[in-house]
Amino acid sequence: MKIFTYIFKRIFCFLLLTYFKLEANTQSDSIQFFQKIKEDTSRSKLNMDAVYNRPFLSVGKLPIAIGGYVEANTEYAAKDGVSNGFSFQARRLTLFFSSTIAKKLKFFSELEFEDGVKEINIEFAAMDIEFHPLLNLRAGILMNPIGGFNQNHDGPRWDFIDRPISATQIIPSTLSNVGFGFHGKYYFNRWIFGYEAYLTNGFDDQIISNSLNRTSLAEGKHNPERFIKSNSGLPMFTGKIAVRNRKIGELGLSYMTGVYNRWKQDGLILDSKRSASIFALDFNTSLFNQRIDFVGEIAKVWVDVPDTYSQTFGAEQFGGFVDILGAIYRKPILGWDKAKILIGLRLEYADFNQGIFKETDGNISDHIWAMVPTISFRPVGTTVIRFNYRYHQEIDLLGNPPARTGIIQVGFSSYF
Amino acid sequence: MKFKFIYSFVIFFIVLIVSFSCEKFVPASPSDEDLLEGPISGLSTQEINQFLRGDEAFNEVFTTQNGLGPLFVASSCGACHSGDGKGHLLTTLTRFGQVDSTGNHFIGLGGPQLQNRALPGYIPEQIPAGASSSKFTPPAVTGLGYLSAVSDESILSYSDPYDLDGDGISGVPNWIEIPSYIIPLPNAITNRDRYIGRFGKKAAAYNLLHQTVNAYNQDMGITSIFHPFDVYSGLEFDPEVPTQTIHDVVFYMQTLKAPIPRQQNDAEQIRGKEIFNQINCSSCHLPTLKTDYSPIQALSLKEFHPYTDLLLHDMGPDLDDGYTEGNAKTAEWRTPALWGLGLSPNSQGGQYFLMHDGRARSIEEAILWHGGEASNSKNLYQNLLQQDKEALIKFLKSL
Repeated sequence: MKIFTYIFKRIFCFLLLTYFKLEANTQSDSIQFFQKIKEDTSRSKLNMDAVYNRPFLSVGKLPIAIGGYVEANTEYAAKDGVSNGFSFQARRLTLFFSSTIAKKLKFFSELEFEDGVKEINIEFAAMDIEFHPLLNLRAGILMNPIGGFNQNHDGPRWDFIDRPISATQIIPSTLSNVGFGFHGKYYFNRWIFGYEAYLTNGFDDQIISNSLNRTSLAEGKHNPERFIKSNSGLPMFTGKIAVRNRKIGELGLSYMTGVYNRWKQDGLILDSKRSASIFALDFNTSLFNQRIDFVGEIAKVWVDVPDTYSQTFGAEQFGGFVDILGAIYRKPILGWDKAKILIGLRLEYADFNQGIFKETDGNISDHIWAMVPTISFRPVGTTVIRFNYRYHQEIDLLGNPPARTGIIQVGFSSYF
Repeated sequence: MKFKFIYSFVIFFIVLIVSFSCEKFVPASPSDEDLLEGPISGLSTQEINQFLRGDEAFNEVFTTQNGLGPLFVASSCGACHSGDGKGHLLTTLTRFGQVDSTGNHFIGLGGPQLQNRALPGYIPEQIPAGASSSKFTPPAVTGLGYLSAVSDESILSYSDPYDLDGDGISGVPNWIEIPSYIIPLPNAITNRDRYIGRFGKKAAAYNLLHQTVNAYNQDMGITSIFHPFDVYSGLEFDPEVPTQTIHDVVFYMQTLKAPIPRQQNDAEQIRGKEIFNQINCSSCHLPTLKTDYSPIQALSLKEFHPYTDLLLHDMGPDLDDGYTEGNAKTAEWRTPALWGLGLSPNSQGGQYFLMHDGRARSIEEAILWHGGEASNSKNLYQNLLQQDKEALIKFLKSL
């Protein structure tokens, strides 16, 4: 009986993975009746341009263009040898709507359904008013320009199924808040300079009071009132400067800071003002005649945690990732003229609690590192079929022997 | 055409290989004997389901949203007992206010336990002036179901309060008053309306329900139907944890497996076991106990090897912190079980924090802290040859 179960499990597994491959191969282009506004793939774009730099469909003379992307995958995961088997995951369905309302007046919105309908978020809904290329007012629900991934996070752009740990748990991508600010760009020969500066609502007390039992800026996103009022009553500042050389690559420096706690209510002081800040550095470049792409980001977080609170909630965090990716085959495949097969590797690290135990002077651990080799197939530039193997080790707060996890993932992501 | 065929074949082959061998590409499970986690064998499906519910509740993190604090020591059971093993100095707790069997005279001043952490905006508790105190490092929680199923009669049979056998070791039970929500064991033995405590460093908790309710309340500031009084305000609150959840956690701890001895055929380990008996460590750290009837069938009438007698022993002035619980004297401590000792570093951050307050950083150091009734054994240990000491420690690590 055992042998039948064994064979059945493997045949089932095989069929599932084969299904994904066939599904990917049988996609047809059903949007020829519409005018397709293609993604700008020129090298004169910064990460900050990612919000508009997406493929859209414009129908007739309608003033609005629509687009979106979808991500789904299957995975088999085991932590220290214990697995709950296979899962299918409908990670994201995202819809974009953009409109040029009038000359120098643009509107863009992004609506995301995450994990089916578990989370429905308005990630972006902002209007841009251009006074000058160096001075654009942006107001509404906007993506805080912290790091590179937060602004440039669309699934089809990445050859890895999981988002980087440091970009989602150190920097809480995707992070958007309601507010306003200015952005602009300046071109000079091969150089592009860009800046963004916004004031928005910020985080709340959940960043140090959550079921993860660790400091987590991402937990601050769960407050549904953050689009209505600031928990602290004070604005959070996010600023970024980025520079790109068309031949070398892009470097971005960003900083975000604000008071996160409810320190005053009804005019009564409850606590001192406590701030949360992030500094991030992001980069991307192509080397070896633009054959190999390097994309990465590092971030450092400071959170004012009361001394009398639990040390499980760290006052400092650090993390980063680097993706190395190269095409190993660029020729027509199965009728797709610009098909590519790529291989790559992601290395990532996140330390959720940088510090020393008061009781022992020993190092506080609570960190994770991972490596993720990938093979991806891009039949067209806007669609990617990905095969990943993720191996990561998590060390708990005390520094006990690591929990080792292996995850095999097959999935796809595509703009539509 | 040729390429299409090759391409399709390669993809087909890769998918085939991966599909049939997913389990080969993921990390293997550690050996069962190297883990403290996991249920005892022989549980029914219903019992396994309750074990899983208890496991989840044991690791539930409390926050301001679900009742943590406002004063607390830790925010989950699992925070103190990582991997169900011994704890770290991070979550070592402090008790204060009792010096003898007349009881704790600092109950009204925050006793018996110090909540040394507080939610933002609150001030943690301080030890009141004049109160003696002691630090307790969290113990392992494995195999507790077996210990809870030992009969009072058995525990009393190990006791020798007047040292009639003249070995210098007495051993007495901690006779404690039990809260009204505790239902005593069917064959419970009483002494002036007091019952035999068996859990905690001073054996001041009667059973795992008693221990668990106190931990929710005193460690996490969580009120329950059993202990509805908030540690901060002293006022009676609605339960912050469901009664069923407490029963599930108690069941989880009752049914956690006993640590599995390792390297049982190793010659040095066998010699170490002989030395353990020769120098009379086994007089208090009794190798073998037997359970009485238990409503959990898998625990009923089982022989097991915890290396404890569940009794209090005078451990000498070096271990006398001037604080006590129940009927114990300040220098008396309940013999801790030695099973799982070798796995302690796996839950203590790769190091040892032994003895009641984690002061001993190695097994040898822990032996050398022994005094009082254990003085003879300690002296015998100190006179051992180095290789015999190493054999003894190897044996202790194998438990």
